[in-house]
Amino acid sequence: MGATTHGNNATAARLAPQVVMSDKTSQASDKDALVRFEISDLNFYYGAKQAVFGLNLKIPKNRVTALIGPSGCGKSTFLRTLNRMNETIRNTRVVGQILLDGQDILQMDVVGLRRRVGMVFQRPNPFPKSIYENVAYGLRINGFQGRLDDLVEHSLRRAALWEEAKDYLHKSAFALSGGQQQRLCIARALAVDPEVLLLDEPCSALDPVTTAKIEELMFHLKDSCTMAIVTHNMQQAARASDFTAFMLDGKLIEHSETSKLFTTPTDPRTEAYITGRFG
Amino acid sequence: MDRAAPRRFDGGGPRAFLHRLGHGDEVAHVLTLTFAAGILLLTSGLVYELWVNSHLSRAKFGWLFFWTRTWDPIFDNFGAAPFIYGTLVTSIVSLVIAVPLGLAAAIFLSELAPRRMSDTISFLIDLLAAVPSVIYGLLGIFIVVPLMRTTVGPILIGSLGHVPVLGKFFKGPNYGVGFLTAGVVLAIMVVPFIISVSREVLLTVPREQREAALALGATRWEATWKVVVPWARTGILGSVFLALARALGETMAVTMVIGNDPKIAASLFAPGYTIAAVIANEFTEATGDLYLSALIELGLVLFLMTFILNGLARLLIVATERGGGHPS
Amino acid sequence: MSRMLLIWRKSLNVVMLTLTGVAAFGVVAVLFLILGYLVWNGGKSLNLDFFTQLPKPVGETGGGMANAIVGSLKLLLLAALMGLPVGLMAGVYLAEFGGKTFSYVIRYTTDLLNGVPSIVIGIFAYSLAVLPVRHFSAVAGGVALGIMVIPITVRSTEEFLRAVPGSLREGAMALGASKWRTIATVVLPAAKGGIITGVLLALARVAGETAPLLFTAFSNRFWSPGWGQPIASLPVMIYTYAIAPYDDWHRQAWAAGLVLLALVLVANIGTRVVLSRGGGGRST
Repeated sequence: MGATTHGNNATAARLAPQVVMSDKTSQASDKDALVRFEISDLNFYYGAKQAVFGLNLKIPKNRVTALIGPSGCGKSTFLRTLNRMNETIRNTRVVGQILLDGQDILQMDVVGLRRRVGMVFQRPNPFPKSIYENVAYGLRINGFQGRLDDLVEHSLRRAALWEEAKDYLHKSAFALSGGQQQRLCIARALAVDPEVLLLDEPCSALDPVTTAKIEELMFHLKDSCTMAIVTHNMQQAARASDFTAFMLDGKLIEHSETSKLFTTPTDPRTEAYITGRFG
Repeated sequence: MDRAAPRRFDGGGPRAFLHRLGHGDEVAHVLTLTFAAGILLLTSGLVYELWVNSHLSRAKFGWLFFWTRTWDPIFDNFGAAPFIYGTLVTSIVSLVIAVPLGLAAAIFLSELAPRRMSDTISFLIDLLAAVPSVIYGLLGIFIVVPLMRTTVGPILIGSLGHVPVLGKFFKGPNYGVGFLTAGVVLAIMVVPFIISVSREVLLTVPREQREAALALGATRWEATWKVVVPWARTGILGSVFLALARALGETMAVTMVIGNDPKIAASLFAPGYTIAAVIANEFTEATGDLYLSALIELGLVLFLMTFILNGLARLLIVATERGGGHPS
Repeated sequence: MSRMLLIWRKSLNVVMLTLTGVAAFGVVAVLFLILGYLVWNGGKSLNLDFFTQLPKPVGETGGGMANAIVGSLKLLLLAALMGLPVGLMAGVYLAEFGGKTFSYVIRYTTDLLNGVPSIVIGIFAYSLAVLPVRHFSAVAGGVALGIMVIPITVRSTEEFLRAVPGSLREGAMALGASKWRTIATVVLPAAKGGIITGVLLALARVAGETAPLLFTAFSNRFWSPGWGQPIASLPVMIYTYAIAPYDDWHRQAWAAGLVLLALVLVANIGTRVVLSRGGGGRST
């Protein structure tokens, strides 16, 4: 794949997935992509209520994996087990194994894990600080020594926000529009250079133009980052992901290359969902 | 794929604890917990000190303490009856004045006044609640007492003094200081509490309730009095209890206008004494151990009275906010 | 007959609704009466001497309450030093760490402590800080006021921390911030404005307390050096001067009342105006 550029040409981005698909197959089959996350027999409980059932999934490196399914199917819950954000909720319990590059994340130091696995939330949640301080936050708390300015600029560029924000770096983040705030949150997550970026319905509160910008961004980030995105928007999954996993009632029903899942699903329930018969 | 046997992870366990310890979370948790537990310790310490330091008095007088009408530091004979009487009478007088006034004002603010006006007036009334009690006492001494002696007192004695039954509360010499004066000053002090809590409670009554009554042809007043107020009555009662608890414990304003005489008199114009006032006046002068112990036992009595009332008020207000206050 | 009834109902409506308005404006009028009377009487006696001079002995006119003003400030400082750490930390505990049952117990106890009459707090502070050393002191007064500061601070701190959206906490934790760092670097700064307001209101409230000082800080006609001696305070001075039989002392009491009320009202109005402007801390 090409070198990291910070193109902001939306049309190119929207065409890009197909182009890249063919590009990738020429190099190596997507099936052979290196595995970043390997999830085995994962069960998750809110108190006595089980939300995820015996889930097995591999999330390949430098690809976008989309998680789709009707609301309440456990896709967000599952995503939040990958950086152990669910532990912030009382009375929750994980049974199973999640390997990140072969290491068990449940054995890891949670702070270190979250530095490697960043997250972007459904609603933009900038801190009540300046734009600059928002991006620098992760660096500061992780004891980064070095030129903050450069890294802040670099992160904002990666999140395609630099041009819009460079003159307002020390203004409150709340002055930004919703879409800009969400890109700021992405920049904030990118600043600590995570290996994986989890996106929990990042566009559900945004308009179509901003959504397109964020999908374009994801495409460019693929070079350096593995992504998993939860979305209720099937077009988005189809446009922006390489692999798609369909979940229903806490179970993984089907998982394959996006092109395959949306054209020739093997499970009748997947077919029913993607053709809009429920959910 | 080498699949490890499923393991359990629940965010607890010694390992996770060590991790969190490493990041200071456990330290912060334990630290804040310690301070929070400090409040428990402090409050139990308060009860303990009151209990232990009133030991002498409790041992000597027992339950008789509550019935004895003499308060004689010279012969070490102490009874709480005049103070309990004075505390109750002044508080009741204050409620008789403050409840109708406060409820009426709360109805005006929640039902009639436009939102902006209601908010402004509530803001001013909240300020009234912030005025220190010694300032109420100051105004009590220099405005209410003379007014009571020269104007209000004679009028009340002249009119109500001749009514059968009720009359005996409005007879006798009028010095200006006494139960009624203290009650009036207390009423001014507690009315802001009644207004602001009752207004909040009245505002939680659903619109539909009002509209239903109006649609049946009720006047605005009837809708308010027969539908809205009954709906909110538990919460309003809670506000009254809160006000009563405050009136019972109020010290300075009462001390300055009640006359400080440990007597039980039917006349509201007679000077009296309250628990809080006698503690304020005599604590520094209490020479004997028994004397001090009796004063501290009075403090214990006062604490228990307000403790019970605050508990009841809290229950009532919680009940209204949860269940809409309507008896179900 | 039914016509009569209708007229009766309609007049009752008008009369009662008018009465509610009269009640509301009557109570507000009391506030302005208090203010007006204090400003009138206090203003007449207020002069530079009041702020710079010591009280004069009985019989001599003039003098001021400089020592009481400084004394009140010292007592407030002590109260803040003793009460605020407990109140703030416990508030953080309740909002961020608390379990269900224990938090309930703490909240209940806090409300209980808040409802304890101030004179009883005075007895407690007396047995804690006066009995062991056998003399009144500024520290003992600070203990009494500090205890009173705690419950108010706890509840306001908890309230404002809870108002911080959970998404901010998640955002920080997803970046690898530990819980306490999240609290220290994101949650507390976000709630800063509200918490400071709560603290100011708590201090404004205890600034006017008299009863718990009567037998802890006691009073003092002179300067009170250090912290271990009886110390004068504005509220206690108002009390002793108001019940004394000298006209000149009454004038001084009015002046002191005006100063105290001005302080309390400025703190209340100021913080409330800031809060209603949405300065709960969301903006930087």
